[in-house]
Amino acid sequence: MAKRVGIEVSLAISEAVKLAKVDAVAAYPITPQTHIVEHLSELVAEGELDAAFIPVESEHSAMSVCAGTSAAGARTYTATSSQGLALMNEILFIIPALRLPVVMTIANRALSGPISIWNDHSDIMSVRDTGWIAIFVENGQEAFDLTLQSFKIAEDHRVLLPISVNLDGFTLSHVIEPHEFLDQDEVDRFLPEYKPAVQLNPDDPVSMGTVGVPEIYAEAKKCQDEVLKGSIKVVKEVFAEFAEMFGREYKVVETYRAEGAETLLMTMGSVSETAMEAIDKMQEAGRKVGLIRLRLWRPFPADDLRAEMGSVKTLAVIDRAVSFGGAGGPVAGEVRSALYNVDDSPYIASFIAGLGGRDITVDDFIEMVDQAEAMAKVNEIHEYKMIGVRE
Amino acid sequence: MIEVRVHGRGGQGGVTSAEMLAIAAINEGKFAQAFPSFGPERRGAPVVAFARVSEKRIRNRTKVYTPDVVMVLDPSVLSIVDVTEGLKSDGMLVINSAKSIADLRTEFGFKTSLARVDATHIALQELGLPITNTTMLGAAVKAAELVPVEALVGPLEARFGRIAAKNIKALRRAYAETEIELV
Repeated sequence: MAKRVGIEVSLAISEAVKLAKVDAVAAYPITPQTHIVEHLSELVAEGELDAAFIPVESEHSAMSVCAGTSAAGARTYTATSSQGLALMNEILFIIPALRLPVVMTIANRALSGPISIWNDHSDIMSVRDTGWIAIFVENGQEAFDLTLQSFKIAEDHRVLLPISVNLDGFTLSHVIEPHEFLDQDEVDRFLPEYKPAVQLNPDDPVSMGTVGVPEIYAEAKKCQDEVLKGSIKVVKEVFAEFAEMFGREYKVVETYRAEGAETLLMTMGSVSETAMEAIDKMQEAGRKVGLIRLRLWRPFPADDLRAEMGSVKTLAVIDRAVSFGGAGGPVAGEVRSALYNVDDSPYIASFIAGLGGRDITVDDFIEMVDQAEAMAKVNEIHEYKMIGVRE
Repeated sequence: MIEVRVHGRGGQGGVTSAEMLAIAAINEGKFAQAFPSFGPERRGAPVVAFARVSEKRIRNRTKVYTPDVVMVLDPSVLSIVDVTEGLKSDGMLVINSAKSIADLRTEFGFKTSLARVDATHIALQELGLPITNTTMLGAAVKAAELVPVEALVGPLEARFGRIAAKNIKALRRAYAETEIELV
């Protein structure tokens, strides 16, 4: 086992990007993503990373530059948060449509207003339908490992789609904790050089980003969705290869002490680890409660989710964003759709918690389980319940 | 698991002391976390930072609500912040103060075990600045079983470079000069 190194999670991500030998980084600093790109700019300035670091005047430009460098065949990375992601929005749609394997870290943060620099998932939820693969990490080790794996997934010629690696801003990005790093040789064995399928080259010109007239637009979009849905196969292959080489296993849907559980809590991101403490406490008290976590948000792993529903009677889904005017949190809505036509599907309770940096404590998780089980008993029709809110 | 809360003022290096503690613990083969009270940095305003040290992998990612150890880097926060909030009854309060333990108990009504050192005095002599984060680490590791004092030397050298030697001297002096009263 490699030695554990105590380092801030943001810096561990920068190290992963360095080990991936990216060719181009274009980014604009925004809290709480700043430390990642700050450290990358240092690595480039000190000659430790041979890449073009392209400072830009806005996130819209950052993502536009990423489109250009990736189209030219460069392994391309960026990072952002919240309002920065919102400002990228126009270009976010274009990157997957052009089949450009850009990797982006999103240090998840609430969207204004009121102005908040603190963590929730409203930023990533606002770009749900842009066509990016979206992965969630729960701790620094996963942030390091999955940043590296993202390049391999994105650049696979069966995929060629951008990936966002989502980590909770501050509550994960700014924590110093132990990491086991891989060395350059190990990474080189795992992650080959990026070979673009098509690239912009003046000596061999191609057109990218052309008009899609009504006779072709629908087919283009159908193709894009097929590729995104099909990428789950490659995600699983890359996870398996990484586990084989380095011993750390990842799944698109993860569970914790879920065998035989009648109630499952569902989480995404770093609150999952606190939720595990709650599960331990409830199981000690004899309760049949387990945890299920979505690692992959897009493509949505519906089949893998259904496969975990065995004995489950109640599913308590925790969202960290509001879908204003909608019938529940964005994750809960997705889960309800995935399980609607399934025989004996569980009762699904939708909770929204942890908005704008509010902690979700062990007691909060236990309260959600209590409430979900009570609601299931009477089959309560509801949209969502917000936890830990003053009303 | 030992949970630590550090009180100071923005710019005094409270976050750094939590970080040094976590890195020292990780270097010792333990598991640890350190994190700031997330938000905009406000120089001079009362701020807190947190650390956890454990023999096992740490999964709790909430703030520290019931610390085992509270470090107070700046005596001026004692009169404006309840530094004992959530402190376990068998916890340890480690204070930078020129006052005696008896006087601190009388003035603030502290009931838990208490350690004090005049860290500002040491920092002014050794560093020439009233920055007490590294000095107070010496007091904290003397008062509570967190990491051996020598485990902090490596992380301090890595962080402080050419001014590391002064900080390490301040750390060692505080370790020697800290007074502890257990209850």
